[in-house]
Amino acid sequence: MKLEDFELGGTQLKASDFKTGKVLTTEWKPDLKYAWDNGVAIGRYLAEFKEGRIIARVCHKCDRIMLPPRMFCELCFRPTDEWMYVKDTGVINTFSIAKVNWDASRRGPKEPPLLPAVIEIDGASEGMGIMHMLGEADPKDFKIGMKVKAVWKKPEDRTGAITDILYFKPVAAGTEDKNKGRPEGRGKEVR
Amino acid sequence: MGMRKVAIVGAGITKFVRRAQETGKELSWQASKMALESCDLTLDDIDMVTLGTAPDAFDGVHMKGEYLADGAGAIGKPYMRHYVGGGTGVFSPIHGWFHVASGMADICLVVAEEKMSSCHPHPQGAFLTIFDHTTEQPLMPTLIWIFALEMHRYMETYGISKADIAQVSVKNKRNAMDHPSAQVAGNITVEDVLSSETLCWPVNRLDISPASDGAAAIVIASERVARRLTDKPVWIDGIGHSIDTAYWATRDLSYPRYVETAARMAYDMAGIKEPDKEIHIAEPYDPFDYKELHHMEGLMLCPRGKAAQLTADGITARDGNMPICPSGGALGVGNPIAATGLMKIIEIFLQLRGEAGKRQVPGNPRCGLAQAWGDLMQMGTVVVMRS
Repeated sequence: MKLEDFELGGTQLKASDFKTGKVLTTEWKPDLKYAWDNGVAIGRYLAEFKEGRIIARVCHKCDRIMLPPRMFCELCFRPTDEWMYVKDTGVINTFSIAKVNWDASRRGPKEPPLLPAVIEIDGASEGMGIMHMLGEADPKDFKIGMKVKAVWKKPEDRTGAITDILYFKPVAAGTEDKNKGRPEGRGKEVR
Repeated sequence: MGMRKVAIVGAGITKFVRRAQETGKELSWQASKMALESCDLTLDDIDMVTLGTAPDAFDGVHMKGEYLADGAGAIGKPYMRHYVGGGTGVFSPIHGWFHVASGMADICLVVAEEKMSSCHPHPQGAFLTIFDHTTEQPLMPTLIWIFALEMHRYMETYGISKADIAQVSVKNKRNAMDHPSAQVAGNITVEDVLSSETLCWPVNRLDISPASDGAAAIVIASERVARRLTDKPVWIDGIGHSIDTAYWATRDLSYPRYVETAARMAYDMAGIKEPDKEIHIAEPYDPFDYKELHHMEGLMLCPRGKAAQLTADGITARDGNMPICPSGGALGVGNPIAATGLMKIIEIFLQLRGEAGKRQVPGNPRCGLAQAWGDLMQMGTVVVMRS
């Protein structure tokens, strides 16, 4: 068989087909709302966001300090063992300079680009990144591997949501000292 | 492992278009009817039907599998729908293979459909709800973001430029000029890609495949039946599929390990030891140009970080030593998600039979593969085929 020997289906419509009424359509705009339960692990994670802290969950079998936290380890398939605070600093794994919104509409000429990124959080296991935004610097000044720190909303404005962190900003030179001397990959254990 | 041999014996496809007049059901019927005609069968000969279609949110039709069943020729037959995001279309023949290889069916019609145009203003909006509802959705992400994030990481890890990657789009859109289903074929240059609208740096408009409506279908059969139906069966010699975690931001974004895992499963089944030598022709999934390179590496068709150089050297051109996406791929033919994967299977089917017309690669290829990938950059599906 050859595709070329068949008359293929699929009829491309043109904008004019709708204007002239050649093609009729039916529309529906759903007005649905969902309320998602945060669950056990993410519930605690976001409660800590409200306090301006990031908390991870540890599996003693594979020794991973996991973000986002989870009550079971998907690799060992057993319950995770303990909570552990990690830092609100991290390293840019990758980022983009986005000129489109979630629905593919374009950002307006006066709207700054969005800077989504994967940030590997200090104190979690290597490679444990979360998606969040970058800010407070010119897009061209961000680089993969750059150290960044969370910029939190004011305490009274926090709601226990991922957006309690506004974005991550570059860590200014000389402000990293407070983290020095801590064993790499370990935060403070809590119950 | 006690499984029967399975062959592809017929194929059908529609044009891929931005917005089709036909409903998804009608597109499915067109592709299914052509697949049956191509191997001189009627629906009465079909033991069971499998159907692949991606998110219900595109069509705005819940229970899309059931809605499409009439067009897929499934009424009164055993019927199953599968959905693994962008990996769906290459999972389609795998799903059919299960039924024929196991002995449950002798002839199975495998259909893949997508009608993305129903979702307004753009089907990208339907992707918002694939992200974690609590930790990611409030940031209002789009899939283009995470492709941009992955592409940037890939470029950084291996020192690859946007121009290196743009060559893939140029090659595939040119290849698609010879495909009768093609939606966005064209003779463009690397400069055209680089100067097209920046959507999410480093991703430009021409780095991306379009949203499309379309359908494809194949007929697969057990060995005994296949040899009766055609003197040119194309054997499904290896299948592989594998899923990685939905915690996508915790993965190595520079390398698709889930594709490697799926490929190893398929290669083991097909007895392939050296994929770069034994695979003559491949159709990796190319919804974005860098993904073709990424997937070539995950499929172990070349060392990590080297796929761009193979492209620059012309190795992956239609007349190169390892033609990649001779159909024109998602970047050129179009990307009605599930139907795209099955379009790639059909391309390898035709190429191995020497029936690809102007797209035919030289050298009488005997072994090819198609691969797709999907969900939150986590699902790999691979099918190895031999003539």
